[in-house]
Amino acid sequence: MSELKTLYKEGVWVNNPALVQLLGLCPLLAVTSTITNALGLGLATLLVLVGSNISVSIVRNWVPKDIRIPVFVMIIAGFVTIVQLLMNAYTFGLYQSLGIFIPLIVTNCAIIGRAEAYASKNPIHLSAFDGLMMGLGFMIVLVVLGAMRELIGQGTLFDSADLLLGPWAQSLRIEVFSFDNQFLLAILPPGAFLALGLLIAAKNVIDAQIKSKQIAPPEAEKGPRARVTSLT
Amino acid sequence: MKLTMASSPHNHSHKSLTRLMLTVIAACIPGLIAQVVFFGTGVLIQLVLALTAVTVFEAAIMLMRKRPVWPALSDGSAWLTAVLLALSIPPLAPWWIIIIGCLFSIIIVKQLYGGLGFNLFNPAMAAYVLLLVSFPVQMTSWLPVSELSNNVIGFTEQLRIIFTDFTSIGYSLDQVRAGIDGITMATPLDTIKTDIGHGLTVTESMQKTLFNEWAGLGWMWVNLGFLAGGLYLLKEKIINWHIPVSFIASLAICSAIGYIAAPGTEPGTIFHLLSGATMMGAFFIATDPVSAATTNKGRLIYGALIGLLVYLIRTFGGYPDAVAFAVLLLNIAVPLIDYYTQPRTYGHGAVK
Repeated sequence: MSELKTLYKEGVWVNNPALVQLLGLCPLLAVTSTITNALGLGLATLLVLVGSNISVSIVRNWVPKDIRIPVFVMIIAGFVTIVQLLMNAYTFGLYQSLGIFIPLIVTNCAIIGRAEAYASKNPIHLSAFDGLMMGLGFMIVLVVLGAMRELIGQGTLFDSADLLLGPWAQSLRIEVFSFDNQFLLAILPPGAFLALGLLIAAKNVIDAQIKSKQIAPPEAEKGPRARVTSLT
Repeated sequence: MKLTMASSPHNHSHKSLTRLMLTVIAACIPGLIAQVVFFGTGVLIQLVLALTAVTVFEAAIMLMRKRPVWPALSDGSAWLTAVLLALSIPPLAPWWIIIIGCLFSIIIVKQLYGGLGFNLFNPAMAAYVLLLVSFPVQMTSWLPVSELSNNVIGFTEQLRIIFTDFTSIGYSLDQVRAGIDGITMATPLDTIKTDIGHGLTVTESMQKTLFNEWAGLGWMWVNLGFLAGGLYLLKEKIINWHIPVSFIASLAICSAIGYIAAPGTEPGTIFHLLSGATMMGAFFIATDPVSAATTNKGRLIYGALIGLLVYLIRTFGGYPDAVAFAVLLLNIAVPLIDYYTQPRTYGHGAVK
């Protein structure tokens, strides 16, 4: 059980693929202009990550070490194609708005990184859970980033969520405030860099605070010496 | 008699940081006056807004960083940023433009990097680029010169436009911007660029009422005002000559070569030097001691490359003016320039 807990902590916070490993930044920066896009890409990445981790873990004992990377890439590409076809079939609007970034999930370093670093060395159930947690960590960051950029850029949340979740989701759209001029920078890629920088800074601040709370004020290890003859 | 030994340096320039910054602000005054004379008092409103905003933001961020507020405020660097930003945005831009600019320049560009002396980029120009990229319509709504303007509006009406977008009789900014012929006018640099795109030659384009013999009406005097202020800074030894001279020389040479190569589509040296933000950039922005190169040879390279980039972006780029972009791009290159232009330390290495 403790192994699962470690995996959960690693994926979502301590070793978060987006905030700590800084892997898969290209889709992260490119498509997080709205929550819907971010959630769509996050879910796609999550599915691919779980699938590829399970498959890699299944075949880990038969794949020769020398050609493992091409094999992993083939497996990942297979899952990406599956996800792409599924999105094409069921969420066509989102498929169009994400465009090239769905097939580009193949090149997401976070996925091949987990296949190489974890799934190729661990049993199936743990690999699946690791994929789930890493994908979840990645998706959370994507969604938070998407929310920040959508809020600052156009003052809404969950705009056009119906592309992903079906017609009922139109009512999810929240107009927090409205203005005549979009804050273009938040929607353009530079805004994504700035927002990601702020998120990483926020994580570091929280980590520093946790650390300072954990380390209790150091107690005097030895009693004060009555007579000090040397400084050692 | 007691003889005290003080260590070197023995000769002091008596320039405190505050005095330095305030002198630079004072040197902006000729350019400011030219802007007020030709484009109305809107810039003064922006100036007051900007100064208030940076004071509030600087104090707030220093409190958040748990540092003393007054030393940071009184060094004057935030106020200088405010003045430069207010001078570079259109005079009747809505009030939230300058507030967002001040917020970004002080909090993100300056203080998040560690405050004065640690910022990689020129705060005023980074904020200007942020505004230009984010709000292209508001940031290009420059006014025509007062004498060409159809509706010259007074101070209170300008206040109304900045805060409510309309004058008391319901004119919008676009209507106020209209010239005598009722057509909204662009800046000289923009006009030349558009006309060349439409197949006119420069000579034909410069027949418009917007121009005098040399450059844009009004804009020429704004640039000359900043040139005067810059020369005062040089005389007071606040800035070194290297950056402005190499900037202006490089821009002059590039535009002269361009003019010789294609006289029909190139406005020539004097137009380039007296248009847009050339002089303000050369003397007030590129010379920022924090974000510019620090060696003398490096300063020459830094200024020359800014001049080259300004010419290239003005001629071939998508934006009419380029000083802010060029300065930011070269700010990134400063560590490299400084690395390769380190002067020989006395007593070390061979004399070349």
